Amino acid sequence: MTEPRSPRSDRSPWNWVLLPAVVIPLIPLLFNHAEPRLLGIPLFYWLQLTFILVSVAATLIVYRVTRR
Amino acid sequence: MNEHITEIVVFTALFLLVSGMGFVASRWRRADNLASLNEWGLGGRNFGPWVTWFLVGGDLYTAYTFVAVPALLFGAGAMGFFAVPYTVIVYPLVMLVLIRLWSVSHVHGLVTPADFVRVRFGSPTLALLIAVTGIVATMPYIALQLIGIEAVLKTMGVTGDLPLIIAFAILAAYTYQSGLRAPALIAFVKDTLIYIVILVAIIYIPAKLGGFGAIFDAAEAKFAGTAAPGDGTLLNANNQLQYITLALGSALALFLYPHSVTGVLASRSRDVVKRNMSALPAYSLLLGLIALLGFMAIAAGVTPIGTDVNTVVPQLFDQMFPDWFTGVAFAAIGIGALVPAAIMSIAAANLFTRNIYKEYIRRDATDAQEARVSKLTSLVVKVGAVLCILLIDPQFSIDLQLIGGVIILQTLPSVALGLFTRWFHRVGLIAGWTAGMTAGMVLLYNIANPANDHAHFGGSAFPLNKLGLDTSMTIYAGFLALLVNLVVAALVTVLARRLGSPEGVDGTAPADYTAESGDPQVKEDLEVAGST
Repeated sequence: MTEPRSPRSDRSPWNWVLLPAVVIPLIPLLFNHAEPRLLGIPLFYWLQLTFILVSVAATLIVYRVTRR
Repeated sequence: MNEHITEIVVFTALFLLVSGMGFVASRWRRADNLASLNEWGLGGRNFGPWVTWFLVGGDLYTAYTFVAVPALLFGAGAMGFFAVPYTVIVYPLVMLVLIRLWSVSHVHGLVTPADFVRVRFGSPTLALLIAVTGIVATMPYIALQLIGIEAVLKTMGVTGDLPLIIAFAILAAYTYQSGLRAPALIAFVKDTLIYIVILVAIIYIPAKLGGFGAIFDAAEAKFAGTAAPGDGTLLNANNQLQYITLALGSALALFLYPHSVTGVLASRSRDVVKRNMSALPAYSLLLGLIALLGFMAIAAGVTPIGTDVNTVVPQLFDQMFPDWFTGVAFAAIGIGALVPAAIMSIAAANLFTRNIYKEYIRRDATDAQEARVSKLTSLVVKVGAVLCILLIDPQFSIDLQLIGGVIILQTLPSVALGLFTRWFHRVGLIAGWTAGMTAGMVLLYNIANPANDHAHFGGSAFPLNKLGLDTSMTIYAGFLALLVNLVVAALVTVLARRLGSPEGVDGTAPADYTAESGDPQVKEDLEVAGST
């Protein structure tokens, strides 16, 4: 609570974990394919939906590790 | 007798329920006094993780998104799915930016992005530009929310302007009364309804249509039969660059919108903001599933009412669901329009009050006067939005919204980069803004859309061959305009410094950007502390 004001910083090597979560969904080469389908859904759609998990994982890791 | 009577009854009942909640909201989380912007405009700046999640989610994923994105897939196919990478990359992209914005805003009692620019660069002119950009970009966005409601009303066979006017009058009244607490409370109902409707839709509709395989086959067959070269269930060589620049540009723009900032600043601590970055993608999953409704509509043989493709999803629900559940689904969309419309009008009103009224009209305005001006402005903003829809071709609002995305992006160097560096000179930022705006307008003006007979402002995909490049690829116009903005801002910064132009006072200290709630410099009781 009233701990001495240590200079807090946003800098952390862990922040780099966020980079792939931003870059991967922007590479059409990875996902612009129809096959293989999953439950009848072309890869283009189901793979981009699974990128959501990458985003959640990256932000979660950074949040947990850089907390305090 | 109207065949949609069950739907209308369910819709109206739910609509009235949330309207009641909107009025009661002023008593939620007990505010002693709503007469300050921190209370009326930011809900007391005390929302925890759950409220923030519902509020920001309800704010960013609007009713218009929910009808327009599937409509885009219905019409053009894979290109419309850009909304998914857009809302996937945005959270890791802005995480480190928003926590700095939260901290500096709480140390200095800032309410709007333009407030920050004012303190950071000591330039009322730059702050005014940022504020006006925000207001201009937000106005058509509010108008678009009405299109969401209109699409639903049309499908229920309700015609005429009166129902729309009544819906917005109710919205205006409880926003006036309760401020940000109203959308925050309503967002719970809105999002719960939307999640239920979509979960049911995503299981029930494919089951009736013979599975996802059949749905995508129907979509492929439809696009193979059209003359348009850009559509299909996959991207082609020419629209891939547009797809990723549009996703990236939209992601960069999202948290520059004043209403997004409002949602972030209303939270209790930077920890709440940071934690929400990994919770908000749940809405992206929802959006992705909703997008697929566009293909389901193709497979179900849905035809839009008239030429309004935004009616595709309501039509699909009407065709597939039992009447009572269609009513629930329509209510979800209708209420879904109210939450963002309320927050947007509050954000626009705050910009006017803080950065125009207080800066240029009444410098000594008290907190109570600020709150009163903001409340009145929020009414004016909503009347303007209704008039936009009623008097002008709705297509005009859609064009304006497109322009809005391009122009709000031009505030990125001042607001987002400004949170990390003071390197840019204020004169450079003003020059960059001017150049970016001009470039954006020129690019958009030169985009034609043969599909709806627009010679200008026909979309956001700028053909690169117009720049003399030998290619048929397209790129997002806002992205190009931002590049122009950044280059000019950097060049003029160097120049201004050579000429010894005054830098302006930076009212912030490095430690302000990492302050957390509980730190001595963070104002806990902002309604007493007032403004800076």
